[in-house]
Amino acid sequence: MCFGPFPLHQTMASRKESAASGSSPLETPVKQIQIDGLVVLKIIKHYQEEGQGSEVVQGVLLGLVVEDSLEITNCFPFPQHTEDDVDFDEVQYQMEMMRSLRHVNIDHLHVGWYQSTHYGSFVSRALLDSQFSYQHAIEESVVLIYDPIKTAQGSLCLKAYRLTPKLMEICKEKDFSPEGLKKACIGFEIMFEEVPIVIKNSHLINVLLLDLQEKSTVADKHELLNLSSSNHLEKSLQLLMDRVDDMNQDIGKYNTYCRNLSKQQQQKQQYLQRRQQENTQRQSRGEPPLPEEDISKMFKPPQAPPRMDTLLIAGQVNNYCQNIKEFTSQNLGKLFMAEALQGHSS
Amino acid sequence: FRIPQNNELSPPAGHVNFLLIREIHVANVASTGFCQPPTSAGGQQHESHGDLRSLSSSLFIIILHFLYEIMAVHGPVVKIHPVVLASIVDSYERRNEGATRVIGTLLGTTDKHSVEVTNCFSVPHNESEDEVAVDMEFAKNMYELHKKVSPSEVIIGWYATGYDITEHSVLIHEYYSREAPNPIHLTVDTALQSNKMNIRAYVSSQMGVPGKTVGVMFTPLTVKYVYYDTERIGVELLQRTRASPSRTNGLTTDLAQVASAAGRVQEMLTTVLSYIEDILSGKVMADNSVGRFLMDLVNKVPKITAEDFESMLNSNINDLLMVTYLANLTQAQIALNEKLVVL
Repeated sequence: MCFGPFPLHQTMASRKESAASGSSPLETPVKQIQIDGLVVLKIIKHYQEEGQGSEVVQGVLLGLVVEDSLEITNCFPFPQHTEDDVDFDEVQYQMEMMRSLRHVNIDHLHVGWYQSTHYGSFVSRALLDSQFSYQHAIEESVVLIYDPIKTAQGSLCLKAYRLTPKLMEICKEKDFSPEGLKKACIGFEIMFEEVPIVIKNSHLINVLLLDLQEKSTVADKHELLNLSSSNHLEKSLQLLMDRVDDMNQDIGKYNTYCRNLSKQQQQKQQYLQRRQQENTQRQSRGEPPLPEEDISKMFKPPQAPPRMDTLLIAGQVNNYCQNIKEFTSQNLGKLFMAEALQGHSS
Repeated sequence: FRIPQNNELSPPAGHVNFLLIREIHVANVASTGFCQPPTSAGGQQHESHGDLRSLSSSLFIIILHFLYEIMAVHGPVVKIHPVVLASIVDSYERRNEGATRVIGTLLGTTDKHSVEVTNCFSVPHNESEDEVAVDMEFAKNMYELHKKVSPSEVIIGWYATGYDITEHSVLIHEYYSREAPNPIHLTVDTALQSNKMNIRAYVSSQMGVPGKTVGVMFTPLTVKYVYYDTERIGVELLQRTRASPSRTNGLTTDLAQVASAAGRVQEMLTTVLSYIEDILSGKVMADNSVGRFLMDLVNKVPKITAEDFESMLNSNINDLLMVTYLANLTQAQIALNEKLVVL
């Protein structure tokens, strides 16, 4: 799984200082995201043209921060990663692109990145790492997830996510053991937070849209009112089942770990007891007691499995369930409409 | 004179007057020697012909726009994606102080009869009364970068904002004809000179008396807008920002979308119904082809017996409810699992 684009540390270092001195780390610096219509169109086009083969297309978002909202005014796509393209330098590409865009007065400040997703499966380690490195360098950055399959079904599906401050702290310390996570008290529901999106267009673009509407033909595909849902539902359920299987395995591993740990504790206790008994026996016989051995060396505690993957899987399962529920509620509505159309009232 | 050949079928009778007007305009053009030489000696032409030239140039422009209204098919059809136009408008809004127009490169794919424009980027340039400078290095660089992302896009022309075609355009067009065979020139009127944003495309053709200086004429082409399906959905969403006073619009949630789609269908049905009422009451003449479409529409609702429909509906609803139940169950399960681990 390829990583997202890397932030430019040189230009961002100065911004980090100013950001650090500003808001306190517990408040969310971004309450709302404002996207230009142009960005939406570009993302759609990028997936449509380049994303049919592989599953994921990525790109960088450019814009600026205005008080408590993030304005995204432009974006540019990232070429696909191919194994035989070893000499392709991502950072080079990014720097050149941003320099060129600066010449034509386009905002050249990184504010995040976007990624397309397949049926809603985007909660993964790679995404987490990329978003963490982005958010670490630029506090207000977001990741825009574009779901092309859901969009093709009738309405644009674009969501913006950030990592919660708690998750940021955990990632910083890289402490993924069960104790660490217990301390931070983190659940899968507070890993990502969704930021509301608003689309904004300038007046001139509105004029353009008016012109387009007059000149273009009426759409002959009204996908939103399509009744056939089983294909999409099957696929989603299949992915959900796979994830639940993964989760099962993970839980199994954790259970064996717990069992091993408790067995070890028991063994330790037994050993200590035997030692004490022997010592009292020896004392009663007047012999010197046996030296206290270092028990921790004898009973090495088993390796605790990292819990971050479980969290991610749980988050993904949650996401799938949300999507499925949305989809079924829409379909129920459509079925009732079809019933009304037949004229049979029950 | 070499008039560009029309290699399609002969145009229908209604367009005869169009051809006639073109003859007139070409003759007019010839008589006043309105030629644009491809060299950079354009400055001198202004003074030498004076009033007659300005009169004929304005006449030329008027006729050109009139032509555009009727028909303009002498070359490939230009299909534009909305993302290109939005990009052009955006770069116009971000132009440097003092620049009246913006130019840039168009990328896309060509076909035998059509050219599809799918991407563009703006190129910095300086324009003054008598000279024009375009940053060609920049254009080359950007094209290389773009090629890395989408290797199938090639340079197919260039765009400029503004209403008319100036002498500088000819120079720039010549530069672009070195980059691409037969480049397209697109103009987007962002200054809204005729209360509309006119989007026009041109292709250049040679013109002149053989043996003497050769001129260049821009012939208009038909412009069509094409959308991918997802693009159309995106544009529909963007259209809604026109309605709100703050020019903003949030993304709607699940059931609301179905409701709005149903609302749209209902509107369409109301329009059709009012039309039928008008016909029945005799206000409007009945049209047979529309009548056939209406028959089609009514027959599209499938005739299923009541019990069959009941059973189909119920089984579908049961499926969906079961899936919802399972999804809720899964969510509850993972939440529980989490809490147990934390214990």
